[in-house]
Amino acid sequence: MCRLFALTSREPVSPMLAIDALNVMKEGHDGSGVGLFLSGLGGPFEELKGHPILSGIFTDAGLKRVYEYMAERGHRAQYSAMFKPETVPPVGTPKRGTYASLAYKMSDEWRALPKAEQDRALVQMRLDLRAEGEESGEIMVFSLWPDTIMIKEVGDPMAIGEYLKLDREELHARHILAQGRQNTNYAINLYACHPFFIEGISTMTNGENTAFIPIKEYLQSRGVTGYQGYQSDSEVFTHIAHFATKKLGLDISSYKHVITPMNDEEMAGHPDREFLSNLKKSCRKLIIDGPNCVIGCLPDGSMFMAQDRKKLRPGVVGGDPKKGIFAFSSEICGLNAAIPDRDKTQDFQPMHLDTAIVGPDCREVLKCSQKDPLRLQR
Amino acid sequence: MLAERPITPSTLSRKDLPWQIKWDINTCTKCGRCTSVCPVNAIELGVFRKRDIKAPMGLSAKPTTEFSTFYGIRQRTDPAYACIGCAMCNMVCPNNAIEPQRQDDSTTLQFQNNRGGQSRTRGGRRNNSESLLDQIKFIRISMLTDPALDAGRHEFEIRTLLGRVLSPENEIKCFHENGWKPPVREIYPLVIGGMSFGALSPNMWEGLQMGVAYLNEEMNMPVRMCTGEGGCPPRLLRSRFIKYVILQIASGYFGWDEIIHAIPEMKEDPCAIEIKYGQGAKPGDGGLLMWHKVNNLIAAIRGVPKGVSLPSPPTHQTKYSIEEAVAKMIQSMSMAWGFRVPVYPKISASSTSLAVLNNLVRNPYAAGLAIDGEDGGTGAAYNVSMNHMGHPIASNLRDCYKALCVAGAQNEIPLIAGGGIGKHGNLAANAAALIMLGASMVQIGKYVMQAGAGCLGSEKDRCNVCNIGVCPKGITSQDPRIYRRLDPEKVAERVVDFYLSFDTELRKVFAPLGRSTSLPIGMSDALGISDKDVADRLDIKYVI
Repeated sequence: MCRLFALTSREPVSPMLAIDALNVMKEGHDGSGVGLFLSGLGGPFEELKGHPILSGIFTDAGLKRVYEYMAERGHRAQYSAMFKPETVPPVGTPKRGTYASLAYKMSDEWRALPKAEQDRALVQMRLDLRAEGEESGEIMVFSLWPDTIMIKEVGDPMAIGEYLKLDREELHARHILAQGRQNTNYAINLYACHPFFIEGISTMTNGENTAFIPIKEYLQSRGVTGYQGYQSDSEVFTHIAHFATKKLGLDISSYKHVITPMNDEEMAGHPDREFLSNLKKSCRKLIIDGPNCVIGCLPDGSMFMAQDRKKLRPGVVGGDPKKGIFAFSSEICGLNAAIPDRDKTQDFQPMHLDTAIVGPDCREVLKCSQKDPLRLQR
Repeated sequence: MLAERPITPSTLSRKDLPWQIKWDINTCTKCGRCTSVCPVNAIELGVFRKRDIKAPMGLSAKPTTEFSTFYGIRQRTDPAYACIGCAMCNMVCPNNAIEPQRQDDSTTLQFQNNRGGQSRTRGGRRNNSESLLDQIKFIRISMLTDPALDAGRHEFEIRTLLGRVLSPENEIKCFHENGWKPPVREIYPLVIGGMSFGALSPNMWEGLQMGVAYLNEEMNMPVRMCTGEGGCPPRLLRSRFIKYVILQIASGYFGWDEIIHAIPEMKEDPCAIEIKYGQGAKPGDGGLLMWHKVNNLIAAIRGVPKGVSLPSPPTHQTKYSIEEAVAKMIQSMSMAWGFRVPVYPKISASSTSLAVLNNLVRNPYAAGLAIDGEDGGTGAAYNVSMNHMGHPIASNLRDCYKALCVAGAQNEIPLIAGGGIGKHGNLAANAAALIMLGASMVQIGKYVMQAGAGCLGSEKDRCNVCNIGVCPKGITSQDPRIYRRLDPEKVAERVVDFYLSFDTELRKVFAPLGRSTSLPIGMSDALGISDKDVADRLDIKYVI
């Protein structure tokens, strides 16, 4: 079973903190892969907040092609965090090339576009580059978005962390999602590694999504750029979060109402019963059947955790509001390793109706129950 | 019987009949029950004369001839009275002295079935014992990484939606603007398909209604039953139980006068309105209630004279095309109940199903599409229609579901699949397979008669006399002397029994697949079949 660990902090921290936590939870994953999502970046990227960052793995030819591609469209690289490992890769990890995060100053035409168009264009660019890379094998692109870096690699998280020197200051971030992968139903494919990302929203999951095919077909039929690929049965969770928040304008506390709606009895006395019952019907295709624990991060830096209805996957949230650091973990030992001196009585293990949310200010864990009145929808 | 029988082109010997009566003279008590119960008079009491020649030993005494007479059972060989294999004779025989036996090599009768230039009509089944649905396996079973759910303990939500569901975007918009929303019913995914009052005997119909009411009110299973075209008894129309009923309207409009007159006095809305364009077993053909079954009661409810055959035309001027239906029928039916009742058409699975569906997707009032496959049973149809016409349900349904996926409307228009579900008793497995191929719900007719009332029909052309009012079990007869055999209470009990066991079996399929909180509509990755061509056609996995 994959292990999940997420950190959200007021000050940028090293991703190795999350990797260490994954290492403590090693019993639960086989070290067949690791994925990292970093946002709220510190270091040199902090200065370049509005500039989209392209992150991925490139061969020399691939990198050249990326520069050409971006230059053709008038986008200029502002800053690059490149890492080309010289050492022998850990067992099971192929030697690939350059792990790069390139911050771009986008063209004047792009900047003249309305926000929604800009976002769509960024997604399209990422998909175009990914398609080109899949053909040539020279380019792998995981994200192209402001203030976001994604790193994915096959192998043991700790070994990969050391191999890729993830402790570098340029990778320090306020919001980190990290997953230690347990290879299960599918062949190892880097694009299948968690976390997944679309337009500022990233989620990761453990378990299996048995409703994958109907959900995938439904999302693909929505005509949203970026709802494609689907190398993992859990990738749909990210897109559901995107669909619910960006396309339907729902608050993230409603995410659970979409993926695991309440049954009739639970809904009976709810003040928003009519809305919720209609939402359940119209989003019926997005109901998941787990078992899953979903941890995700939103564009504003809020982090959340929710489970399947049966709660067959555990999860725990805890942290230190004074220091402004909170962690979401699939195992309590991971949380203990990352934030040992927290007030453990305040740890929260969300149950089947709960969503745990920590805002970007990292002051408290907001515990939303599906039985609560709905928060204001955006 | 004549000593010298005429031998004409249509003369048959007993050997030529597919069902032959085996009668044992030694155990027969000659009570006569078998001959009186035989629905087609295939057997009759016979007086047999036997000549016995006694040849004494020696040369002097001459042989003597003795004649004896005995009584027994004679099987008639006239094609009009051929045994149908229903085995009612055996059911009433105190000693099991008599029973029909199937002779598969006797095929001659089929050349003699059509008499006086009349094609054979029959009730019942498509005489093909194959079932594609039975070959489909459920292969995506959660094992190690993902614990299978416990079918007995976990909560399951085995409900589905009948009605036009808005897209999430429109739903939220409509909620904020307080706009009109199409009506949607949350029902059990196994629906009792249209079998009309008239086609079924009053006892059978009453039994089904009682079973459905019990399931709803005592078992918390929102089961729905379609009336078929024959209308609905006035008392039911004005009762609260009408909410468990889907009213059907078809090209004959039988019974609609009664329904329309009842609208102002209805306490509840019906569950839905089904507009029937076709039946899977006889696509492109209309309904047919033969004169045998049109007694006073049926004539009164349908608003027709007694004792005349009631063929529904295959089309009617008000609904001669789906465009007409979309534009007029669906809207006017919706209007009749103040747009509070879902209205959907039912068509035979055919090459035009997709066209119909595409049309419905564009109609905001269309509440779904029922597709009936070729294996569907029907009360009366021509032999050629039942055996040779129609489209299998699986591929037709799949095509329609995939078309909905392309249009992004797969949650918006529910597909109701029927035809051949539970043909060999595997009701839950067949229903689950169709749901995973894309059906929102399935409808059954034959299975209800077989399981709920002990119908004797089979895919080997057994019985199949539903059309002429002599149903030996009283399921489809309108003759009180026959339908008194059927106890409505017992039918209701059986309906409840098989619904509950269906529910358990469905959980036993869904739980290992890891699905419990919503119906696995379109979960095609769970399905596999050992036939490559079928796997490719249905876009499911090929497994051997």
